[in-house]
Amino acid sequence: MSIVSAESAAAVAARAAVAEEETAAPLAPRAHLLPALAAVYRAQLSRARVARIPLLFVATFQSVGIMVLMRGVVDGGTEARAVVAGASVLVVAFVALNLLAQYFGQLRAGGGLDHYATLPVPPAAVVLGAAAAYASFTVPGTVVTAVAGSVLFQLPLTHLWVLAAVIPLSGAALAGLGAALGLLAPRQELATLCGQLGMSAALLLGVLPADRLPGPVSYARDLLPSTYGVEAMARTFDAHPDWAAVGLDLAVCGAVGVVSLAVATWAYRRAAVR
Amino acid sequence: MSTVCLVRDLVKTYPAARGRRGTPGTPEVRATDGISLEVRRGEIFGLLGPNGAGKSTLVRQLTGLMRPDAGSVHVLGHDLVRHPERAARLIGYLGQESTALDELTVALAAETTGRLRGLAAREARVERDAVLEELGLTGLAARPLKKLSGGQRRLACFAATLVGERPVLVLDEPTSGMDPVARRAVWAAVDRRRAEHGATVLLVTHNVIEAETVLDRVAVLEHGRVIACDTPSGLKERVAGEVRVDLMWRDRAPLDVPEVAALRGFAQEFGRRWVLRLAPEEARAAVAAVTGGAAFAALDDFTLTTPSLEDVYLALGGNATKGLVKA
Repeated sequence: MSIVSAESAAAVAARAAVAEEETAAPLAPRAHLLPALAAVYRAQLSRARVARIPLLFVATFQSVGIMVLMRGVVDGGTEARAVVAGASVLVVAFVALNLLAQYFGQLRAGGGLDHYATLPVPPAAVVLGAAAAYASFTVPGTVVTAVAGSVLFQLPLTHLWVLAAVIPLSGAALAGLGAALGLLAPRQELATLCGQLGMSAALLLGVLPADRLPGPVSYARDLLPSTYGVEAMARTFDAHPDWAAVGLDLAVCGAVGVVSLAVATWAYRRAAVR
Repeated sequence: MSTVCLVRDLVKTYPAARGRRGTPGTPEVRATDGISLEVRRGEIFGLLGPNGAGKSTLVRQLTGLMRPDAGSVHVLGHDLVRHPERAARLIGYLGQESTALDELTVALAAETTGRLRGLAAREARVERDAVLEELGLTGLAARPLKKLSGGQRRLACFAATLVGERPVLVLDEPTSGMDPVARRAVWAAVDRRRAEHGATVLLVTHNVIEAETVLDRVAVLEHGRVIACDTPSGLKERVAGEVRVDLMWRDRAPLDVPEVAALRGFAQEFGRRWVLRLAPEEARAAVAAVTGGAAFAALDDFTLTTPSLEDVYLALGGNATKGLVKA
């Protein structure tokens, strides 16, 4: 008896829903993923002109400064490669991780997410568009740092084209992490703090040569996604790089990027509708 | 006229927050407490109430940003409690914050918003240009929102709301900080959309003068409840038997004058200003009392007016005189 009535109740509800659909006004189309992503990307990129250029300058200046500093400590060889690669990826960490975490923290605290949440746009478009724009911001600084470092430490420039893979992949990993931190942090200050800490970790664990780090710290180094970008780049300073190892390192970056951007998208949904 | 927006028994309770060190906890708050509304097609429907009355919570529930604890919201036949994601495809929403657009130029803010409303690139550009022209923003198109004055920024956000036509507009204090020219542009744009497409507008305001001039119907909210819902003139009829007397004293009221002392019992005092709601003959007597004799020397200014929505609000038992703005 109860089963029958439950079924009929469900049927009534379904019929009511169908009737509602029939009388309801047509919905405006929703924005598709790629056009929306492109629109968000373009808008975010334009913000650079207004707000980001001084910070991009700071990011580059910081990395070049660190290399100059390390020149007194490191005398060529593997260590020099680690320093140049670490300093280059640090630019990515500064912008994609730190600044993006701050941006999303600020957007969430200031009610800015409501703007996106009241538009028919896929969450992934907002997160990926912003992450891609922040990863793009890092390109000039990373290239300048890599070239300046290579010259400074007399490393070959031959394989620097690998930056074309290192920047987007470590950018994806770090921007995803930054976006997730910014959207998950319960308060704006915590988002800023997390971003800063993440960048400090990338600085210390990336720039300092791995074999000089104490045991437990080197495990932390293995956990940080930027490490794999640093290692991939450092390997390419060899005359005959081990491309398989480079590819593996970059694959780790890519995988972390996919996971962290998925987490960030989930965090965005969660933050947008409360 | 057909119903566009149907709200039934909407309830949202914010849980009590535990006190942290240095800050006391806050008790549970019922932000919307059984709100029911019906908005018809083509109407400009207002939500009027002081700060904290539950207007913004109600709007967040209507726009799918917040799930109510109980109750239903139907917009154009769509159940928005069950399908909150449909709200974005039915409603153009202008919130109070512009954080997301602040660093964009006016043109790009409008175009991007249109793109994210599902317009193709070319359509978005065409609509952007039309809306900026309509609102007189063409000259500011290349300026970032951040660099504009508060009123101009608000107008630019309003422009972004209009790119990508929607049958329902939900505007949360759209004209705050605007000069009269910008306000007129906003109301002209709203009227045009109403006349041409039958657009329905839900407007949040705490500006009583604006409410009287632009709204077709208004719901007065207090403590999460609708305490009245009618046309502005219908609401004013409830206090039609009364006249409002505003007295502005130079320093303070001369309470040593017996007539003035007698009036004090009926007055609401706001510093040097007294507001009295009186029957017409009482009002005449009061004016005679303060303009003749000793009281006149202490009087700076006085006005005698027919009641406004503010008086209605006060007469309905609303007591938050601070939250409403006359401007």
